[in-house]
Amino acid sequence: MENTKSWEPKILAFLCNWCSYAGADLAGTSRNQYPPNIRVIRVPCSGRVNPLFILKALQGGIDGVLVSGCHPGDCHYLTGNYIGRRKSATFKRFLEYLGIEEGRVQFSWVSAAEGVKFSQVITEVTNDIRKLGPAKRLVKKSEELGVRSFPDP
Amino acid sequence: MREKAEELLAKKAVDLIIGFGEGSLPLRATPLFIRTPEEADQLIWNSFCDNNLATYLHKFNRFKIGIVVKGCDARSVTALALEKRFQPDQVVLIGVPCQRMVDRRKVKKAAKGEILRSREEGELIIIEGDGFKSSLKRDDFLYTSCKACLHRNPVQANILVGEPVQESGLAEAYPDAREFENMAPEERWRFFEKETRRCIRCYACREACPMCYCAECFVDSSIPKWIEKGLSPSDLQFYHVVRAYHQTGRCTACGACERACPMEIPLVYLTQKLNQEVSELFDFEAGADSKRLPPLSTYDVEDKQEFIK
Repeated sequence: MENTKSWEPKILAFLCNWCSYAGADLAGTSRNQYPPNIRVIRVPCSGRVNPLFILKALQGGIDGVLVSGCHPGDCHYLTGNYIGRRKSATFKRFLEYLGIEEGRVQFSWVSAAEGVKFSQVITEVTNDIRKLGPAKRLVKKSEELGVRSFPDP
Repeated sequence: MREKAEELLAKKAVDLIIGFGEGSLPLRATPLFIRTPEEADQLIWNSFCDNNLATYLHKFNRFKIGIVVKGCDARSVTALALEKRFQPDQVVLIGVPCQRMVDRRKVKKAAKGEILRSREEGELIIIEGDGFKSSLKRDDFLYTSCKACLHRNPVQANILVGEPVQESGLAEAYPDAREFENMAPEERWRFFEKETRRCIRCYACREACPMCYCAECFVDSSIPKWIEKGLSPSDLQFYHVVRAYHQTGRCTACGACERACPMEIPLVYLTQKLNQEVSELFDFEAGADSKRLPPLSTYDVEDKQEFIK
């Protein structure tokens, strides 16, 4: 994986069931091309995405995370994406403040009718992550799994 | 303060008063729980009353409680009341305008040996040990979080003891976070990594914080298992990111987490940033308003979203 020639970014996409997931479906049925680097997790709503999910993904060696939901006003649960938007805004800023690269974690609104936009978003995100290179921060390395000595104060 | 406490207990307005008592070591004050008017003269107030006593409210939430609060503690109580942790008339706030607290670790570093006795005289702290005696200016040894404090007067207090103090201007707000923000991302990450590496996962920061009251913390949960036991750097970073993030829009910048840390890991710069964020994005300050919901519990259709594709 460290070999950059053969390295392909692994991107985790949290797609909301009602809009973005259907948007991805439409992109597929319309034969819109987009990079094969995303792994999709279907969530009921973009507001369901706990910031812990994002951290857990980064810890597990995912190179980029995309959270995508319905456009404002279109939420199936009326206000889920508004709540999600506040979480995303604060969490994204906080991660960047800590030194996680800008662009590792991204957000988008994709409706069920926007198959073309979906493939564009995925292409953009994949290109961004490719530029950033493999994730190094927060990643749990296999050698860390051993017992560590007690640190000096 | 003793008179007010005695009065409250005598007329049975409260079952219990939480305040500060003399610590068993120099430069320390200890939380004190008193139930009878006779005990009221054990209460003290000095420069070392640095705990946020609001954290004990959870343990006594079946009683009527009188609690001694500084500006930050009073705001913690307001924030907790908003989260419906107790009935509105259950807590009587005995507010003390805060003279800012002294960091005992800074004093210890300035001492020539082990401090055996300490006392305060006005603006001076007098420390004595084996073969040395020195008097130090208390303003040189304040906690950094206290230096940045904007609300030293407990405005929400039911009973105010002492004269309100002059609040300082905005210029001092978030000095650490602003400084940190100017560093390059790589440097910021290196700093965060280096500091969290010392963590021994004693969870003192969590225990000291009045806002950390979940019945099951995410670190203790086994289904789902968010985080592994042990001291791998990645898990330590994970813990510190989430502990801080869970305070978004709830932290009153009392600094109790950092004061409780036995490894002296800086923590306030994390929550300071989050406070800065909610004030910029949602114009919100935790504990300042007893009616307004915390920012992440609500939404506004007009929230900024330039970061969303």
